[in-house]
Amino acid sequence: MRHAKNQMKLYLPSLSINEGLARNAVAMFIAQINPTIEEISDIKCAVSEAVTNSIVHGYKYSQGIVYIGVKYFSDRTIVIEIKDKGCGIENIEQAMTPLFTTDTSGERSGMGFAVMQTFMDKLDVISKIGSGVRVVMTKKLK
Amino acid sequence: MEKIKCIFENKVLTVRIIGDIDHHSARGVREKIDYIIFDKKPILVLLDLSAVEFMDSSGLGLILGRYTISKDIGADFKIIRPSSNVKRILDLAGIDRLMKIEGDDNNEAC
Ligand SMILES: Nc1ncnc2c1ncn2[C@@H]1O[C@H](COP(=O)(O)OP(=O)(O)O)[C@@H](O)[C@H]1O
Ligand SMILES: [Mg+2]
Repeated sequence: MRHAKNQMKLYLPSLSINEGLARNAVAMFIAQINPTIEEISDIKCAVSEAVTNSIVHGYKYSQGIVYIGVKYFSDRTIVIEIKDKGCGIENIEQAMTPLFTTDTSGERSGMGFAVMQTFMDKLDVISKIGSGVRVVMTKKLK
Repeated sequence: MEKIKCIFENKVLTVRIIGDIDHHSARGVREKIDYIIFDKKPILVLLDLSAVEFMDSSGLGLILGRYTISKDIGADFKIIRPSSNVKRILDLAGIDRLMKIEGDDNNEAC
C-alpha cells in the first residue's frame, strides 16, 4: 500500500451553507501540488456534487455529518472520499444514470453523478440501504 | 453572497447572476428570477453567466427551470457569456441542444 504524501479530513454538519466551504477547503488543500485552473474547477465541482447529494438526498435536510477525506500521493494522484450515514441508495446503477433523480421539486437535474464521472478519472459509489453512501473519486493531475 | 442584476429594456429581460451557483445559492437566485419574469412578462430572457465563476449541476437545474418558465409565458430564453468553467458543465449536459448559448468570457464588456 502506498503512503499518502499528505491528507486532510473534514467533518461538517449537513447544512447547505457548508457546500461552498467543503469544495473550497478541498481546493485549497489540492493547491499544495499546483493543479491547473481547469483541474481545480473540476475537483470543486465533483466535491460540490457529492456533498450536496449527502445533504439533499442522504439526510433529506435532517441533521447529520458529512465526512470528507482527501489524500494526494507522490505520483500526483488525488483520492477524495465523501461519506454520509443517511438513507442510502437502493439501486446505484439507476441512480448514476444521467438525468435520473428522485427529487420531486423539479429543480434538480439528475446530472450530479455524470458530473463526478466526467470531471474525475474514477468514481466508485458504495451504499447500503439505511446506512448511507460512500463516494470515492480519483484523479491524476498533470 | 450571490446576487442578481436585471435590466429590462424593449421587453428584453437581462438577468446577470453574480457569484457561485450551487444548491445553497440556487434557491434565492431562482426565487428572485421567477418573481421578475412573472412581473415583467418579457418576450426574451437573457441569462448572463459572465460573473459566475463556479456552477455545479444545481445550476443546470436552475437554468432548465427558468427555461421552462420562460417558454410557459411565451418568452424566448438564451444563455449569454458563460465563463469557461461554466461552459464545460453546460456542454457536459448538452444544454446547447435545448437553448442558444451566445458569447464567451473573452468578450467581457460591462
Ligand atoms: N448520498 C446519497 N444518499 C441517498 N441517495 C443519493 C445520494 N446521492 C445520490 N442519491 C440518489 O441518486 C440520485 C441521482 O443523483 P444525482 O446524479 O446527483 O442527481 P440529483 O442530485 O440531481 O438528483 C438522486 O436523485 C438520489 O436519489
Ligand atoms: Mg446531485
